[in-house]
Amino acid sequence: MKKICIIDYGVGNLASIYNAIRMLNSDVIISNHLEDINNSSHLILPGVGSFKSGMDGLKKFNLIELLNEQVLTKKKNFLGICLGMQLIFSESEEDGVFKGLNWIKGKIIKIPKKTNDIKIPHMGWNDINFSNNAKLYKDIENNTSFYFVHSYKAMPINEKIITGTCVHGSNIVASLESDNIFATQFHPEKSHEPGTKLLKNFINN
Amino acid sequence: MLKTRLIPVLLLKNGILVRSSNFTLHQLMGNHIEQVKRYSEWKADEIIYLDISRDNNYALDSINNTIGSSSSKSKVVQNSKKNMIDIIKDISKSCRIPLSVGGKIKNLEDIKLRLNAGADKVVINSSAIDNPDFIKKAALEFGSQCIVVSVDVKKTDHNNWKIYKNFGQYLTDLDLKRWIETIQKNGAGEILVQSIDRDGTSTGYDLELLTMISKYINVPYIFLGGVGNFDDFINAHKTTKEVSLAAANIFNFTEQSVLNAKKYMFKNKINVRI
Repeated sequence: MKKICIIDYGVGNLASIYNAIRMLNSDVIISNHLEDINNSSHLILPGVGSFKSGMDGLKKFNLIELLNEQVLTKKKNFLGICLGMQLIFSESEEDGVFKGLNWIKGKIIKIPKKTNDIKIPHMGWNDINFSNNAKLYKDIENNTSFYFVHSYKAMPINEKIITGTCVHGSNIVASLESDNIFATQFHPEKSHEPGTKLLKNFINN
Repeated sequence: MLKTRLIPVLLLKNGILVRSSNFTLHQLMGNHIEQVKRYSEWKADEIIYLDISRDNNYALDSINNTIGSSSSKSKVVQNSKKNMIDIIKDISKSCRIPLSVGGKIKNLEDIKLRLNAGADKVVINSSAIDNPDFIKKAALEFGSQCIVVSVDVKKTDHNNWKIYKNFGQYLTDLDLKRWIETIQKNGAGEILVQSIDRDGTSTGYDLELLTMISKYINVPYIFLGGVGNFDDFINAHKTTKEVSLAAANIFNFTEQSVLNAKKYMFKNKINVRI
C-alpha cells in the first residue's frame, strides 16, 4: 500500500501539495514524526524560503539523519520540490555558504542576471525540455509548461541526472532523477493538469 | 522561455463575489469556488483574490442589499462562508494554480493564517504604506516569493500619478518612483500596480503608467485596471514584454473568457500557455 508523507519542517505552504496529492485519492499525511515517515513508502520534501531556513528547519526537527537513512539506505522514493530540491545538494551560496544534505553533488547558485534582461525571481510558467526516458514526465508532452518561483538554481556536477531544463536568461535545471531520488525546481502542485500527472507518476513509481 | 502571464482577479466583498468600477460600484457576480475551477480550466496562469470588504461582516444578510439576479443569489447562499480564511480553504482545495490573496492583512499572523489556509502569496497594500518595514519582516519570515505589494494609483495629469490606500479611499503623499524602489528594497517578490481611474471603465490599460513603472521595477509585476477588450492585452505587451497582465470584469461575463484571450494573444505572437 502506498503511503505518502509530506515532510513538515516548518517551511512554507504545505496545504497546496497536500491538496494536490489528496486529489489523486492517495493516502497522504503531513508529518515530521519518525513513525509516520518510517511507515511511508514515498517522501515529499516541499518548501519555499531561504536555503538556510530550510536546513535550520531540518535540523530543528531532527530530520537529517532520519532522511539520510530513509532515502540513502532504505532507498525510499523521494521527491524534493523547489527548496526541497535545492536542499539535497552539497551546498548553496544563498545568503552565505551553507551545507546541504549532499545527496546530489553540486551547488546552488544565484540565477545570473545581465543588466535588466530578466526578472528575478524567475516567476511564472516556463516550458521544459525533458529527456524522453524521464519517469516523472511519463504521458506528458515535451515542452509542457510548469510553474516556477525561485531566485537560485541548481548546478549538479553529474549532468546525466538532469531530466528537464528551461531557459531564463541562462539554462535552469528544472528536474532531476537519480535512482530513487526525484526533484523538481518547479511546483507540480501549482502546475495544473501536467503537475497533477507528474505527481501521479511519482506516486506510481 | 517564460510565458506572459494572464491573471484573472476576483473581488470578494463580505464573502461574495463582486465587480468594481472606479473602486466604488459593486454588484453580485456568483460563486467563488466554481469560478476558480473554471478559470483554472481556461488556463489562467494564476488567480488573485482581493477581499475588499470595508467591515468585518462576512454574514449572508448583506446579500439582500446587493444587486444581482435571483439565481446567482441562491448559489452564493450555498457556498458562502463566514470569513476569508474559510473561503481560502475552500478555494485552495481545488485550485491547482498559484493563488494570491489580498485584503485586510495587517500583521504577520494575518499572513500566516492565509498561507496555512492554502494561499501561495499574499497581497499587501495599506499595511505596507503605513509601515514599510512590514514588507521586510514579512519577506524575512515567509520568503520574498509570497509577498506581493499592491500599489493603487490615480492619474492626476500628464505623467503624474498619486498613490492611494485603503481601497482607494485615502490619498497618500508617496512618490510613485520612490515608493516602488522602497517596496523592492524591502524585499517584496512581486508588485501589483492598479489604476484606480481605469478600474471598471473598459477603456484600456493606462499605458503611460505602464511605461513609467516598467523603468523602475526589477521584480516581476502585474498590471491591472481598465481592460475592455483583448487588444488591451496586446497593447500592454507591446509597451513592455515583461508585464504580467491582470483583469477582472472582462473575464466574468463570458464562457472560456481567459482561454479566448490567450488564444487571441497567441495569434498576436505573444508567448502564452494554452
